[in-house]
Amino acid sequence: MVIRKPSMDHETKPLLSVHDLKTYFPLDEGLVRAVDGVSFEISPGQVLGIVGESGCGKSVAMKAVLQIIEPPGRIVSGEIWLAGRNGGCAVDIAKLKPGSEAMRRIRGAEIALIPQEPMSSFSPVHTIGGQIVEAIQMHRSVDKKQAREMAIELLQAVGVPMPEQRIDAYSWQLSGGLRQRAIIAMGLSSNPRLLIADEPTTAIDVTTQAQILNLLRRLQEQRNMAIIFITHDLGVIAQMASHVVVMYLGRVMERGTVNDIFHAPKHPYTQALLRSIPNVRSEPHVKLPIISGSIPHPFNRPEGCPFHPRCESFMAGKCDIQIPPLVPVGDNQFASCLRYSGAAEAALGSANGHRIRKGKS
Amino acid sequence: MAEQSASNSVLLELRHLRKFFPIQKGFFRRTVGNVRAVDDVSFLIREGETLGLVGESGCGKTTTARCILRAMKPTSGEILFQPRDGQTVDLAQLSRSQLRPIRPQIQMIFQDPFGSLNPRMNLFDIVGEPLLVNGMTNRKQRTEQVAEILRLVGLRPEYMQRFPHAFSGGQRQRIGIARALALHPRLVVADEPVSALDVSVQAQVLNLLMDLQNQLGLTYLFVAHNLSVVKHICDNVAVMYVGKLVEKAAAEEIFNYPRHPYTAALMAAVPVSDPRVPVGDVELKGEVPNPADPPSGCYFHPRCGCAIDRCRAEPPLLREVFPEHFVACHRAEELSLPGICST
Repeated sequence: MVIRKPSMDHETKPLLSVHDLKTYFPLDEGLVRAVDGVSFEISPGQVLGIVGESGCGKSVAMKAVLQIIEPPGRIVSGEIWLAGRNGGCAVDIAKLKPGSEAMRRIRGAEIALIPQEPMSSFSPVHTIGGQIVEAIQMHRSVDKKQAREMAIELLQAVGVPMPEQRIDAYSWQLSGGLRQRAIIAMGLSSNPRLLIADEPTTAIDVTTQAQILNLLRRLQEQRNMAIIFITHDLGVIAQMASHVVVMYLGRVMERGTVNDIFHAPKHPYTQALLRSIPNVRSEPHVKLPIISGSIPHPFNRPEGCPFHPRCESFMAGKCDIQIPPLVPVGDNQFASCLRYSGAAEAALGSANGHRIRKGKS
Repeated sequence: MAEQSASNSVLLELRHLRKFFPIQKGFFRRTVGNVRAVDDVSFLIREGETLGLVGESGCGKTTTARCILRAMKPTSGEILFQPRDGQTVDLAQLSRSQLRPIRPQIQMIFQDPFGSLNPRMNLFDIVGEPLLVNGMTNRKQRTEQVAEILRLVGLRPEYMQRFPHAFSGGQRQRIGIARALALHPRLVVADEPVSALDVSVQAQVLNLLMDLQNQLGLTYLFVAHNLSVVKHICDNVAVMYVGKLVEKAAAEEIFNYPRHPYTAALMAAVPVSDPRVPVGDVELKGEVPNPADPPSGCYFHPRCGCAIDRCRAEPPLLREVFPEHFVACHRAEELSLPGICST
């Protein structure tokens, strides 16, 4: 186990702090840099939203945190510090072996995952109760009867009606909403400090989505749990998260508080993304501002800033060569854009302007 | 929009459309009940208009779309379609051979751009197949036609020999749109055309659909569950719940002044992409009832906050509560429900 040096501690101790994480998949066709230098942190009781489109590495980054990346993918470098429980020693998850005893004590117990598809996350040949009981007994020394009672309590807590009967149901006998609740119950079974919700509402209807989001919000308050919420739905992020990380092609484009990201986005990608989504409050029938092009294939990532071929503020000779570092662009707001780094820092004052003249360096 | 289109002729009209799926049991496959997937649905679409059909999964919106395409035969009801230069026909009654000349005029855009394109066919075959089937056997002529359609949807004609795997999700959806437009349809049924796409390309496809409508005078039936998208591109909106139409009106009207508690609940559930907007605490309790065994009276009453005794006993009929605003609710006049734009 790797012990974190006390000097590295911040004043407000984050629960999880990921630093320059790189997760690569060496495939026959080439190297896929699924996560390429991602840094973020989350404090206890916070809800961190990670937004990004498909292939941006948001799910892989979370799998790295849990050490459940499918081979041949592996963590190449970086640190994932998890603060110790009750002031204990912090652990660098990136240094642990996926199958190690220490990792197994963290996975599911300290950090739990709510997977994306409630349909395929449960075994169809075991009752949901049996699976929740198994999860409880994995991390706590209780007998089967006690575990079953705890499972019923958990199902009750997540709003499954008639939990005494539903505990013996199979996953395919439940509706999408109930199945998602059961998954949440299973995730909560070991009282985790961090819950990772990977697109928990993507496959379900808006009305059920609203129920699940309310449930997560309530549980978060009750248990003072930290939640990392992964989604591509900016509406869900706006309603759920206190802090937001915007990812694109394996890199953090921007991160900050939810208000800053939605009302004062600094990175051209965040700005363009927010403009392009139709809003229930926006003017109908007008053309939407678009982001031209499409997400590049992982094998031919653009050089320099990954967003530069689609960027409106592209600076030739800079963005296509230099990888922009994540630099502060405000209080607690960071963006990785060359408009804000280096000499362009002088332009920070006029950061709200959309265009920076070409060649200005 | 509504005033302008009111003068246009009716392209498609559904009258009391029903589609039941029998539930069979036992050795002799006795019919023991029906799943009432679509139950008495009536609406009309005028030429050049976009009608949005919204509702939760399992509410029958896709079944309605499939009946219009005659991918399945409705149990009862009429589907009146106005073909190009011809008499209005009832699609529900036509035989296979009678349908053949009509089919090119009603085309479909599918939800999943990955599953709806044959990976072994190149672009020329995919987009050219409808032309070939409909008698354009001259390969050169077909190539020209396909190139033109590809340009129309924003793809380069040079891509014609490539296969679907070489394209991104947004481009594939363009291929799907090109295939649907190959035969110059009058009516395009788009079943969740952008819900499988990435956020940054959704806008591209929505803009394309709006452009094509203006250029070609297309009429859309837009099946979707994303209300933000529906509000953006639809002129009229019809809301379905457990196989029944609960409300229909002009998009502006329905989003500002929903009159059915279900419509209002559906709108309240949409997360607004603005963190300053407080989270709505009105939550729709419970689940969609089983369409094989729906509740008595109004199907929505067990989940409705405004239900009275009458709602439990008497099924409400769809009636014109305000001009051009149809609602199936006993209390439509007295309730004042929050819309999206009015809050």
